[in-house]
Amino acid sequence: MLRCINHLERPSSGRIYVDGQLIGNRLERGRFVELSANELAVQRRHIGMVFQSFNLFSHMTALGNVMEAPIRVNMEPKAEVERNARELLARVGLADKADAYPVQLSGGQQQRVAIARALAMRPKLMLFDEPTSALDPEIVGEVLDVMRGLANDGMTMVVVTHEMGFAREVSDRVVFMDGGVIVEEGSPDQVLGHPSHQRTRQFLSRITGATGDGGVEEPAEEAGGNGGVR
Amino acid sequence: MATRPGVRATDLPGSASALDEASVVSGVATGSGGGAGGASRWNRADLSALVRKPARWTVVAVALVFLAMLGHLLATSSSLQWSVVGHWFVNGGILAGLVRTLYLTAAAMAIGIVGGTVLALMRLSRSWVLSSAASAYIWFFRGTPLLVQILFWFNIASFVPRISIGVPFGPSFASASTNALVTTLVAALLGLGLNEAAYMSEIVRAGIVSVDAGQTEAALALGMTKRLTYRRIVLPQAMRIIIPPTGNQTIGMLKGTSLVSVISLPELLYSVQEVYARNFETIPLLVVASLWYLIVTSVLSVGQHFVERRFRRGQERDAKTTFRERLRSHQFSTTAPGHDVDIQADVHF
Repeated sequence: MLRCINHLERPSSGRIYVDGQLIGNRLERGRFVELSANELAVQRRHIGMVFQSFNLFSHMTALGNVMEAPIRVNMEPKAEVERNARELLARVGLADKADAYPVQLSGGQQQRVAIARALAMRPKLMLFDEPTSALDPEIVGEVLDVMRGLANDGMTMVVVTHEMGFAREVSDRVVFMDGGVIVEEGSPDQVLGHPSHQRTRQFLSRITGATGDGGVEEPAEEAGGNGGVR
Repeated sequence: MATRPGVRATDLPGSASALDEASVVSGVATGSGGGAGGASRWNRADLSALVRKPARWTVVAVALVFLAMLGHLLATSSSLQWSVVGHWFVNGGILAGLVRTLYLTAAAMAIGIVGGTVLALMRLSRSWVLSSAASAYIWFFRGTPLLVQILFWFNIASFVPRISIGVPFGPSFASASTNALVTTLVAALLGLGLNEAAYMSEIVRAGIVSVDAGQTEAALALGMTKRLTYRRIVLPQAMRIIIPPTGNQTIGMLKGTSLVSVISLPELLYSVQEVYARNFETIPLLVVASLWYLIVTSVLSVGQHFVERRFRRGQERDAKTTFRERLRSHQFSTTAPGHDVDIQADVHF
């Protein structure tokens, strides 16, 4: 579902609008035509994405990772990009790791660099694909703190997560999904506090009993200030 | 830890199961080096090793005898005169041949790397036509001997007498005789370079495939175009896999250029052949050529080591970020879009 929002995956049906703009397709003479690879690239510039497995560019330093897209894609002047990138690294608490390569960073640090990398493009929307599920439980907090900060600053975020406490605290709207279908949606209190659906209740009881990760279920959660996604 | 007979634990520093092994190795070193020092250790540990590992010591003894025989031959052979070797080693004609060999190696590797990259991208293409065209090319050029290919290019004029530029099967705008166009040098470069492209394409393809799909995804999600993703993200990472075998290919190419002596291109081997055809000093002149090949391959091996180290950056967790490293990473991020061009320049030295 997340990967459809920036059209890394082609949805089998339906339409996605971000900030009023149709994603991945164009209406041409009453028919939907898929955008070309370059047009898709233009659309993706405004949508940041953070992956479960970080996917930092392993041949670049943390700073290089953050600077890459603004320089190569937006053609912004290097000095300005570097200043901005260092600010972003400081914001995620990694000012001193600017020259470290991804292998030299812990999982949590890598994920924070990945968040800074996505923010460097000044996205209108941030997608988080299970950003903490590949992390040590002890490290999860540092990534969630960064995300909490973003939410407080009013960034629109769509987060797929199993961190129910975090979801409840930060999100405006929670959507519970199972097998690619929405089971239940509403306010955090409604869905997580008083779930009306049997499936949701079953999931919640299991996840609070377990340590962190759910099972096959895929709970999706939306958080953020403006909720510009439809 | 049980101590074996003949080796007392007090003789050896520390206590490890590797202690027997260590004493044997030190025995080999002292034995072949003349074995003047450390006689007491030799007596205790190494004599017992000799008893325990008779097969290894037999092989060592045989090897030493052969080495001695070879040394004797090199020193006293009447056909191998070192003064003749010395004279021709720095001869102008032979040095010119050496320069041609180096030029052929560099140019053919350049053709091979560029062609191989194109072929690799074609093979990985989703287009059925492109990928099978590349496969057919690789099948043909890897399936026939290089020597045959060189002879084929040399004699191409009798197969395709004229080459013209124009509409296929239609009018032509310019035309030239193939003989004038494909000189000996061009034939040599085509033979070596196009053959190399087939091998390089497999190396490049393996490198590209080795890059995690998540890297491409992350680049696309940042709004990078496919071309930019390839150039900035995929190829530089593929380089780590591509560089080591490319170094080997370059060394192979250096020696492979000697094949073009069959079409009378005066590279290193042909230059010495020309000389010994006149003065019959065959062995000394072949030694001259061999020494030059050895020197250049040794230099290339050292170069390969440094290039590999450079491209390992960001691969090792404990990599020390020394000042020089940081300097280099700074250069890396400030290099203009032609960065991957540097990479190729590095490859063929």
